[in-house]
Amino acid sequence: MGIQAPGLLSPWPWLLLLVALRGSEATSALNKPTGPPAQQAPGAGLASGPALGERITVFELDYDYVQVPYEVTLWILLASLAKIGFHLHHRLPGLMPESCLLIIVGALVGAIIFGTDHKSPPVMDSNIYFLYLLPPIVLEGGYFMPTRPFLENIGSILWWAGLGALVNALGIGLSLYLICQIKAFGLSDVNLLQNLVFGSLISAVDPVAVLAVFEEARVNEPLYMMIFGEALLNDGISVVLYNILIAFTKMHKFESIEPVDVLAGCARFIIVGVGGVFFGIIFGFVSAFITRFTQNISAIEPLIVFMFSYLSYLSAETLYLSGILAITACAVTMKKYVEENVSQTSYTTIKYFMKMLSSVSETLIFIFMGVSTVGKNHEWNWAFVGFTLAFCLLWRAISVFTLFYVSNRFRTFPFSAKDQCIIFYSGVRGAGSFSLAFLLPLSLFPRKNMFVTATLVVIYFTVFIQGITIGPLVRYLDVKKTNKKESINEELHIRLMDHLKAGIEDVCGQWSHYQVRDKFKKFDHKYLRKILIRENLPRSSIVSLYKKLEMKQALEMAETGALSASAFSRPHQAQPSQGTKRLSPEDVASMRDLLTRNMYQVRQRTPSYNKYNLQPQTTEKQAKEILIRRQNTLRESMRKGHSLPWGTPAGAKNIRYLSFPYSRPRPARGGGAAAALEDADSSDSELSFAMFHEHSPARSLQERQRIQQITTVKSLNRGGKLSSSGYQISPSQEEHVGRSRKALRPKPLFHPVDEERESGEESGEEASPPGAGQWAEHGREPRRPLLRRK
Amino acid sequence: MGSGGSRAAQVPDADRIRRETGFSQATLLRLYHRFRALDSNKKGYLSRVDLQQIGALAVNPLGDRIIDSFFPDGSLRVEFPDFVRVLAHFRPVDDEDTGTRDPMQPEPLNSRMNKLRFAFQLYDLDRDGKISRHEMLQVLRLMVGVQVTEEQLESITDRTVQEADEDGDGAVSFLEFTKSLEKMNIEQKMSIRILK
Repeated sequence: MGIQAPGLLSPWPWLLLLVALRGSEATSALNKPTGPPAQQAPGAGLASGPALGERITVFELDYDYVQVPYEVTLWILLASLAKIGFHLHHRLPGLMPESCLLIIVGALVGAIIFGTDHKSPPVMDSNIYFLYLLPPIVLEGGYFMPTRPFLENIGSILWWAGLGALVNALGIGLSLYLICQIKAFGLSDVNLLQNLVFGSLISAVDPVAVLAVFEEARVNEPLYMMIFGEALLNDGISVVLYNILIAFTKMHKFESIEPVDVLAGCARFIIVGVGGVFFGIIFGFVSAFITRFTQNISAIEPLIVFMFSYLSYLSAETLYLSGILAITACAVTMKKYVEENVSQTSYTTIKYFMKMLSSVSETLIFIFMGVSTVGKNHEWNWAFVGFTLAFCLLWRAISVFTLFYVSNRFRTFPFSAKDQCIIFYSGVRGAGSFSLAFLLPLSLFPRKNMFVTATLVVIYFTVFIQGITIGPLVRYLDVKKTNKKESINEELHIRLMDHLKAGIEDVCGQWSHYQVRDKFKKFDHKYLRKILIRENLPRSSIVSLYKKLEMKQALEMAETGALSASAFSRPHQAQPSQGTKRLSPEDVASMRDLLTRNMYQVRQRTPSYNKYNLQPQTTEKQAKEILIRRQNTLRESMRKGHSLPWGTPAGAKNIRYLSFPYSRPRPARGGGAAAALEDADSSDSELSFAMFHEHSPARSLQERQRIQQITTVKSLNRGGKLSSSGYQISPSQEEHVGRSRKALRPKPLFHPVDEERESGEESGEEASPPGAGQWAEHGREPRRPLLRRK
Repeated sequence: MGSGGSRAAQVPDADRIRRETGFSQATLLRLYHRFRALDSNKKGYLSRVDLQQIGALAVNPLGDRIIDSFFPDGSLRVEFPDFVRVLAHFRPVDDEDTGTRDPMQPEPLNSRMNKLRFAFQLYDLDRDGKISRHEMLQVLRLMVGVQVTEEQLESITDRTVQEADEDGDGAVSFLEFTKSLEKMNIEQKMSIRILK
């Protein structure tokens, strides 16, 4: 068999797999004539001599002992290699979603197993799926959910995800039931309940899988949140519905279902959902509370996070509440506080481990799907499969357009038709549907194979066809400008305008529903944070750390030739152009390429999420670079005597403006990195930054201490102010240098802006993480929201 | 903005501002809240420092210039009407504006010309009405990463000025600037949706 999946470069894993399977087959054939048993006494393998079983064998082969973990590991490894190959190819990730790749790998493994007549290990059954494979996937979705936009759009998200799932499930189920009534299709034995169950499982969508494909189309934030939110809640709701309907199926013959039962079912649905969320929130708070005390043993922090989330899932499941919603709520609640409490390395570990676990789970499920695909237990019924597909699309369209029509009435910024089309088209099914179909109890569903076949067809269709075409569709809908080559002029100006627009958007800030968020934020600051966030001592001096950082950056930049004197300190010596040169078209083209490649990217406002990967850190690097350059520029200009390097006349305004750091310890502008917005914190960090800014090597120790004192001052001016309007303290307080030195927790200087000043929201996802990336010792992630203390 | 304050706050001089900028009442109110939120010491005006506290501007390559554009003519403070006036340049263009405009009225702030003028002033720091080669080089330097050498930057600048300059004075005037961007959809590029 040849290599069918695009992008797979290495044939070695295939050989390895083949050898392993052949070897296992051979072994098992030799050992027992009746297929490979799982429990084989070790040591009874091939013997080098006559197989009397009495000699000590020098060389043995025992495959059955390790069969299950061995094959599972091989599968995972295979999928990983395929992913590597997939990403090595430049254009593929933008063409099709990664689920395509996983499915192909799964089908391949299935084909191999089928071809070699090997009995696949029983990795997936109901218990394993619900207890081990599903929680990591859901946890990862919940943890990476950007909280602020989620809560802003929560009304629309709940309306759409909740009702959408219900409408879809019931709609598809009922329509299929009607189809089954038609005698000609031979489906009369599929009753209403079975159809409803099928409807509920087929309506579990996984739209996040396609997000990566149209990410670069700059999908606007609410749309992004709808897709993400739907993916998050949809699983939970489908599973709840599925379980309730299965319970119905078990309970009665369908004729005897009374309205009471239906009502009880609805009530149960609500209780299960809400109860799950409630459980999750409680566990989230508990785990956040515990991480408050773990500063001395930070190695167990990831453990606590994972164990508590898992515990919330299991506890909810014990009470027949929705574990999925519980673990989601736990992750969302926990994230904010845990992020602030845990050390930097724990934070990174948690993120990566979560990605890894969910990735492994999903890979296994897809492999299983592949194994089921290439198998003998299919039952193909043209009508059922065809109508299922048609109804899936139809009902999704219906639910999207009607539900959004209603919710648009209540939104400040309604979703356009184009947005709705994108949401409709992103209804890609994934691993969830397959698992639920696979786990249908055969006793209750005699035609289970038909259901599985239909599910598989829907999944394949949506993932491949919709997944591959959604990219072009989105780009088409975006009505981008024509692709013709622009002149260098235009490129430059366009980029300038993009930056300008992003900057003005930042000045305008985020607008949302103020009151509710205000109240919640105040409650949060007043009570929750005091309980849940730790207070601790600074681990090292801010100043020395900054120096270290700057030195490292300076070294790096000097090595790459960036800090050469010409780059910064020769503004006035730019020669007037020595006549216009004639440039050939190739020169122009290469110049344009140079420009395109090297211009800074415009800051993305919408959060970007990739299900299979953690974002690369290019935006961080860029931000760091910009900040360092600005600092350097300003330092140069100040050394030259108060004139800005870009040739503005050193007028009165400039001098006064730049002289702040020297005259008094007001929060001076500093190289522009005076980020951080919260009430007193803002003056704190910008002050400290201003201090650092003037911290030339010639600074004396005494001044360094003064700096440190000033930075500690800020910590005192909080507390009671939170209930006030959240405005900054008067400037006079900044000059109280002689206050008692309270232990100050080192903060990163460069925070993402928190646009909601009144409410003090601290989502770290909006702005690109500015330059504090290396401040690992402080254990703060640069993206971290602003830290507060009592 | 306390919990009760946001409703009670009245925008001073609202009608005049609305007539001048064309913002809706709701947008104006939001902008006023934002203004007050940025105004860290409740001074009633914004200084440069207040705008610099917006962290995202710090990592914007043009952050300083954008802030400067709020302080024309060397002033040190920005009052609310001036704040709104700058933002009015980014109001999306209504289609009915262009058709039925009274020719006696001054051009609305969010017209294409005014948007271009706003962008032009980001380049032209000495306000002489022309982007000199030097000014273009400065902007380019701001926007490009450190791995581009000075020679490359200079040649790109030369090319940029050369493409746009028609009268051969080695600088790009406002008209030449406008002309070089005539194919671009400025109305869409420089409009912010939420500023309706």
